[in-house]
Amino acid sequence: MPLNPDELAAVVARDIPAGSYVNLGIGRPTKVADHLPEGAGIVLHTENGMLNMGPAASGEQIDPDLTNAGKVPVTELPGASYFHHADSFAMMRGGHLDVCVLGAFQVSATGDLANWHTGAAGAIPAVGGAMDLAIGAKQVFVMMTLFDKQGRSKLVPECTYPLTGVGCVSRVYTDVAVIEVGPDGAAVRETFGVTVDELAERLPVPIKSA
Amino acid sequence: MSRTEILDSADEAVRGVEDGSTVLVGGFGMAGMPFDLVDALIRQGAGDLTIVSNNAGNGDVGLAALLKTGRVRKVICSFPRQSDSYVFDELYRAGRIELEVVPQGNLAERMRAAGAGIGAFYCPTGVGTPLAEGKETRTIDGRVHVLEYPIRGDVALISAHRADTMGNLVYRKTARNFGPVMATAAARTVVQVGEIVPAGDLDPEAVVTPGIYVDRIVRVEARHYTVQGAR
Repeated sequence: MPLNPDELAAVVARDIPAGSYVNLGIGRPTKVADHLPEGAGIVLHTENGMLNMGPAASGEQIDPDLTNAGKVPVTELPGASYFHHADSFAMMRGGHLDVCVLGAFQVSATGDLANWHTGAAGAIPAVGGAMDLAIGAKQVFVMMTLFDKQGRSKLVPECTYPLTGVGCVSRVYTDVAVIEVGPDGAAVRETFGVTVDELAERLPVPIKSA
Repeated sequence: MSRTEILDSADEAVRGVEDGSTVLVGGFGMAGMPFDLVDALIRQGAGDLTIVSNNAGNGDVGLAALLKTGRVRKVICSFPRQSDSYVFDELYRAGRIELEVVPQGNLAERMRAAGAGIGAFYCPTGVGTPLAEGKETRTIDGRVHVLEYPIRGDVALISAHRADTMGNLVYRKTARNFGPVMATAAARTVVQVGEIVPAGDLDPEAVVTPGIYVDRIVRVEARHYTVQGAR
């Protein structure tokens, strides 16, 4: 069976090594936090200036001075630290983050990422920290459905949407498969409810088994 | 006697902002937004402004209220489009405001460069994307980098948690965000704080923004909002 978003978040969480410093993007990747194993020493970074971010705040915990990158009120864990924006992005750009998990509109087989702008007329472009994360984290994971609502593959030979980064994605987590991407093209690591051959027929890029 | 002025009202604190100024406005969404200073700037009346801020206003308050006056010519920001950015969205779609989208790390670093006397810097952010088009590039250690220039403000409006009479500042949690960087990057830095304590009452080891960067301080009652529809 294809995975639902929660199950997919659990698969991503499983693959994050103990002790990693991790940034989770806005939206779907935020769910990964709910599945990180306790005691694994995984530290969450939020671009607006914090390490060791805790879960979302509720009720009396809500503090307008403490939010995540999506502006959702969150909590702090023991050992948290705060820092200003230039330091926060120096952590990304300087290669200090082990993993970031981002959403995407499209990923190319060679790891190009498009996730900030559809380029549609009237669309308001908004990049936030995506371009900095894409080039800065040691490993960039993408979380998305493999096919859009029209059934078109979001894993593509070449992105048609404006790029966020070139050759920056290392692995794509989707509802039906986990796929490595990079200079050698796409390789399937595991599938959910489909065979590699079935996938190969539906995808516009050649895939091999990892 | 410190050079930092401690003023009685936000209106006094924003005196002298001229038409055509570039104004750095702190905050990330609502956290750290200097609401009282922005409201005072609206009353002060300066126009033809360029605003540098992470977002382009939330709801009807703070930066959104300033945009609504029509006195902002251009916004330089990383993330204008949000669940409650309807004031900006309408101005942008009507062609009544210019937008320059800058990757968030470049936004912060370009202001840091301005404050630190760095003429420009090379960074790999945005290589191969529309946001680096037309910019000078250089390959350093086998990796393509883009040349980015400083962003300087005529005035910075920021919010901090506590100040001492020397102008030293401490912030609170993620409301710190752009404050310390913007404080260094403007010709005049104006800060609203929740409390002003005598010199000596802040732990010197814990000061985040040293008073040398701070020109004017005003104490205000803290106002807090959360972003509607954030998820």
